[in-house]
Amino acid sequence: MTSDRQDQLHELARDRILVLDGAMGTMIQRHVLDEGDFRGPRFADWGQDVKGNNDLLTLSQPDLIRDIHREYFAAGADIATTNTFNSTSISQADYGMEALVPELNRAAACLAREAADAFIARNPAKPRFVAGALGPTNRTASISPDVNNPAFRNVSFDELRVAYAEATEALIEGGADLLLVETIFDTLNAKACLFAIDEVFEARGQTLPVMISGTITDLSGRTLSGQTPEAFWYALKHARPFSVGFNCALGAEELRPHLAELARVAETLISSHPNAGLPNAFGGYDETPDQTAGHLGQWAQDGLVNIVGGCCGTTPDHIRAIAAAVDGVSPREIPTLPGRMRLSGLEPFVMPTTQTGADAVY
Amino acid sequence: MPNSVFINIGERTNVTGSARFRKLIVDGDYEAALEVARQQVESGAQIVDVNMDEGMLDGEQAMMTFLNLIAAEPDIARVPVMIDSSKWSVIEAGLKCVQGKAIVNSISLKEGEAPFLEQARKVRRYGAAVVVMAFDEQGQAETADRKVEICTRAYRLLVDEVGFDPQDIIFDPNIFAVATGIEEHNNYAVDFFEATRRIRETLPGCHVSGGLSNVSFSFRGNNAVREAMHSCFLYHAIPLGMDMGIVNAGQITVYDDIPIELRDTVEDVLLNRREDGTERLLDIAERFKKGGGAKKTVDLSWREGPVADRLTHALVNGIADYVDQDTEEARRQFDRPLQVIEGPLMDGMNVVGDLFGSGKMFLPQVVKSARVMKKAVAYLLPYIEQEKADTGDTSDNAGKILLATVKGDVHDIGKNIVGVVLQCNNFEVIDLGVMVPAAKILETAKAERVNIIGLSGLITPSLDEMCYVASEMKRDGFGVPLLIGGATTSKMHTAVKIAPNYDHEVIYVTDASRAVGVAQSLVSTDLRKPYGDRIRAEYGKLRDGFLASQHTKKRQPLAAARANGIRLDWAAFQPVRPQRFGVQVLEDYDLAELVTRIDWKPFFATWELAGRFPQILDDPVVGEAARSVYNDARAMLQRLIAERWTVAKAVFGFWPANTVNDDDIELYADEDRSEVIATFQTLRQQMVREREGRTNAALADFIAPKDRGPIDYIGCFAVTAGEGIEERAAQFKADNDDYNDILVKALGDRLAEAFAERLHERVRTEFWGTDPDEDLTNEALIAEKYRGIRPAPGYPACPDHLQKKTLFDLLDAPGRIGLTLTESMAMTPAAAVSGWYFGHPESRYFGVGKIERDQVEDYARRAGLPLAEAERWLGPNLNYDPASYAGAARDRAA
Repeated sequence: MTSDRQDQLHELARDRILVLDGAMGTMIQRHVLDEGDFRGPRFADWGQDVKGNNDLLTLSQPDLIRDIHREYFAAGADIATTNTFNSTSISQADYGMEALVPELNRAAACLAREAADAFIARNPAKPRFVAGALGPTNRTASISPDVNNPAFRNVSFDELRVAYAEATEALIEGGADLLLVETIFDTLNAKACLFAIDEVFEARGQTLPVMISGTITDLSGRTLSGQTPEAFWYALKHARPFSVGFNCALGAEELRPHLAELARVAETLISSHPNAGLPNAFGGYDETPDQTAGHLGQWAQDGLVNIVGGCCGTTPDHIRAIAAAVDGVSPREIPTLPGRMRLSGLEPFVMPTTQTGADAVY
Repeated sequence: MPNSVFINIGERTNVTGSARFRKLIVDGDYEAALEVARQQVESGAQIVDVNMDEGMLDGEQAMMTFLNLIAAEPDIARVPVMIDSSKWSVIEAGLKCVQGKAIVNSISLKEGEAPFLEQARKVRRYGAAVVVMAFDEQGQAETADRKVEICTRAYRLLVDEVGFDPQDIIFDPNIFAVATGIEEHNNYAVDFFEATRRIRETLPGCHVSGGLSNVSFSFRGNNAVREAMHSCFLYHAIPLGMDMGIVNAGQITVYDDIPIELRDTVEDVLLNRREDGTERLLDIAERFKKGGGAKKTVDLSWREGPVADRLTHALVNGIADYVDQDTEEARRQFDRPLQVIEGPLMDGMNVVGDLFGSGKMFLPQVVKSARVMKKAVAYLLPYIEQEKADTGDTSDNAGKILLATVKGDVHDIGKNIVGVVLQCNNFEVIDLGVMVPAAKILETAKAERVNIIGLSGLITPSLDEMCYVASEMKRDGFGVPLLIGGATTSKMHTAVKIAPNYDHEVIYVTDASRAVGVAQSLVSTDLRKPYGDRIRAEYGKLRDGFLASQHTKKRQPLAAARANGIRLDWAAFQPVRPQRFGVQVLEDYDLAELVTRIDWKPFFATWELAGRFPQILDDPVVGEAARSVYNDARAMLQRLIAERWTVAKAVFGFWPANTVNDDDIELYADEDRSEVIATFQTLRQQMVREREGRTNAALADFIAPKDRGPIDYIGCFAVTAGEGIEERAAQFKADNDDYNDILVKALGDRLAEAFAERLHERVRTEFWGTDPDEDLTNEALIAEKYRGIRPAPGYPACPDHLQKKTLFDLLDAPGRIGLTLTESMAMTPAAAVSGWYFGHPESRYFGVGKIERDQVEDYARRAGLPLAEAERWLGPNLNYDPASYAGAARDRAA
């Protein structure tokens, strides 16, 4: 992204609340695609089933994906996220498609870029942006999959770093304006991703704004790997991201206290794109556009957020309602926290300023 | 304001700092190594240092394995780690394993700027803070100027070139040994102090740390001198800005406790105040060397000081021998007896309070201090009463607190400890004792105009009673805060169940050490509101989270749970026939035999000392306190046995039994099985089992079903070691001796548990004979490595306290051994254990967990109870919200 467009983005974020797009998967599901649709002519002879590999549609059904981006832009989204949630060599290994990873990312960024540029051409006064999505992969670097061997890991930091570097490189080449490290359930995976991004930036002599978005997997308010929101932030703030926030897993109502905890300590923009409520008994999402927008609108009124959007179950109608709900509401002001050493394990550690209790040794 | 922050970094998981840890890692015993880390965090370490620099080890592999294992232990992983190695490759391996933000220890300019910058950039990219040694191409910095010069250079590189947050930089300006006999070393400590001051003044945001043990290296083998040197070093370094350090908690002493002569001489050395400092310290060092043997001559030199100092010494050290005499002397010096309390005695207790608050004294020591205090006050009381009668004057105190163990409950050890600690902090405590009805609590609170009410309880029905007391306080228009404590209480229960019944503060107090802070906040006019608001908000959030999670905690229907019960192979099972049927009694069991069976861990837990026995006796932090209370316990046990303070009694028996209707256990008069003499209703797990092989257990599953199994058998028992204990405790209490009051009760509980364990062993090998050849050590017994179980009503496998009633009737425990039940089904005397024996080798302990309404209805029908009453008894296990407590309160009032 040119530095002009970066300036534009920062300026916009100062002035108003930015709107992300909604779910990709939900929109794809509407089309009820079969194995043949997923394959298209190019992958007709692929040796494995590929149905369910949504990211492959970037190559086999590019018009469908481009249209989804358009629908979200038309609904008022400022930022489209690329169809690359699983476009890492680690996740694509399930389909034997590791070699396609650079192409998947490059092409996905291009599709979103085309959609964005078309909207910019139509109305240059409203800039649109493309966020290159980097998903969590289907493995965890800090949790053992083997209960009998807690020291075992099925993916290493370096494997993740290499996979993420490959995806990042291609997303940038394809025209992404920002990078979105999203749906983080294991902070160590995200640290490997941010490490890779930093290396790619250094090698290219170019930096992009980075959005970080974790996911709180249950009502206890912790990530899958056990961190509290504050600990999560301290573990990642060295990346100096453009924004930090939460997406997926919970609906807006359940997510609010945890996002508020993050907003209290994060000295950067706060983003949130929750699901359309909690899944119902059939795995679907019932929250109407007005309901989701009602929650996010309230957060905006309460000064909690800078960037809002939707995750699973949300549609262009949700995004339209969300954009309307935050229109004209001032964005959250970034707090300034006192300078302290801030570390974390699963819980935060903040260097105290005066002696307390058992810290004393003499 | 001078710096007063100091974060001590635990070094027990450092192979270069702990010989024990090194051995565990070299031997590959990672499980025990994890225990070391856990204990360190449990005893308060805020950051854990991990070092694997040992020639025998593959350092990278050891670092990764240990950090990965820590990641799987939430109670260790909650704190950040310090990844400590002199090898960059080990550090980097470690950085790849931690999801939180760690500290790297350390990097330096030793190899020049290029590698320093490369490593620093990586550290930043991994997202860690960093320790930088004052070391450059020319070597380690020794003088203050060189230390400052190197640290300044490193700071500029880190902040300006690498983009480090200054708050993430920690300098280690090298602590070197002093008093080595080499003149050039004499100024090393001064150089460190001076460098620390200048670094903190000129390099904003950064921190200063150091490894303390180096400074006293010359005095290896003389711990007294080493400890004194460490304490004096910190005393001078902390105000200058040393805000972190690696210090072995066992190698440090209280600055004020160092004998003046030693302290002055040590400070002469550290501050390089005189040329002959080293010789003078060497001269006196031998004298202060701690004796190796256990025998210590009693040092009575403190008796020579002024009376105020003597009282303080007696309070801090818990010495009651001279207290009457010293109090009398003090009384003569003051105009009014009250001034002795407000003056020297309170001054002394403030010292105790400060030491306890800062983790330098532990609970048993504080309770001993309180004993001295109470004796002194008791001595003065007649004089104060006399004066009051003469003048009508009353005294001031921090606030009045009413404490009570609620109706139906007889457990009060924890409550008594809280009372003592509050009294130490100048609160007036009105202790209504045990089994206190709500009406009496309210009435006394009003008459005495108390500031706070505190409720305690151990058994689960007490939780319900606490809700009731809270609702009664509301009905009566009370406005004082309500504190909740005791073994089964919890923050969650307080927030969800108790707090909604009362409009003012309802606060859960974890343990005695928290009680003072809570109480002080609540009696302060400035603090009460903000503190109360904070708690209210916190509890509100907890409550919301709990209520929300209720919808997701899925349970399955009772019929489905029954269908998924434990299926033992009854066709292949031949139950062992007990030697004798019917009830047997053991009167006056040999206490000495029981003493050998005591599980000491819970005893230390009573005193808020965490750790395994016997390792806890050598723990660097709590070892001294643990040894002291253990010695007192041993001494008391000797007297307890010799003077027959208590009598251990047991009643037990075996009956033919079978399971009927899935979940009920029927006991028969004989093997004809025609006459049912008792029926126990068991409860079944109802959690949804998604994984193959996970069952929904009920205790009834361990007894053969009547319709398709053989004649089976069950045992029932009740033991007590409490007769006489409560009278003895009351005597101690009347004598203002809370320490021995608590001690004797804690020992009574331990003896009862030991008796239950011993009797079960004899049941297995002898009375029932399910396992006649069993041969296990006491440790293996404590670890429950035997076959068969002895579950107790009121515990997780059978949360229903009501079963005790059937059990007690069957055994005639009141008639045979004098053990009775309160209306809440608490056993009295409290030092007692009762339950069943299940002999099937596959029987095991489990937790019933939350149950659904369909099971409660079924249970109520089987037990012949109204549904509401069943819900009341099973309250903590309901997976749904029954009628509101207000409704329950109405029922009782009616």
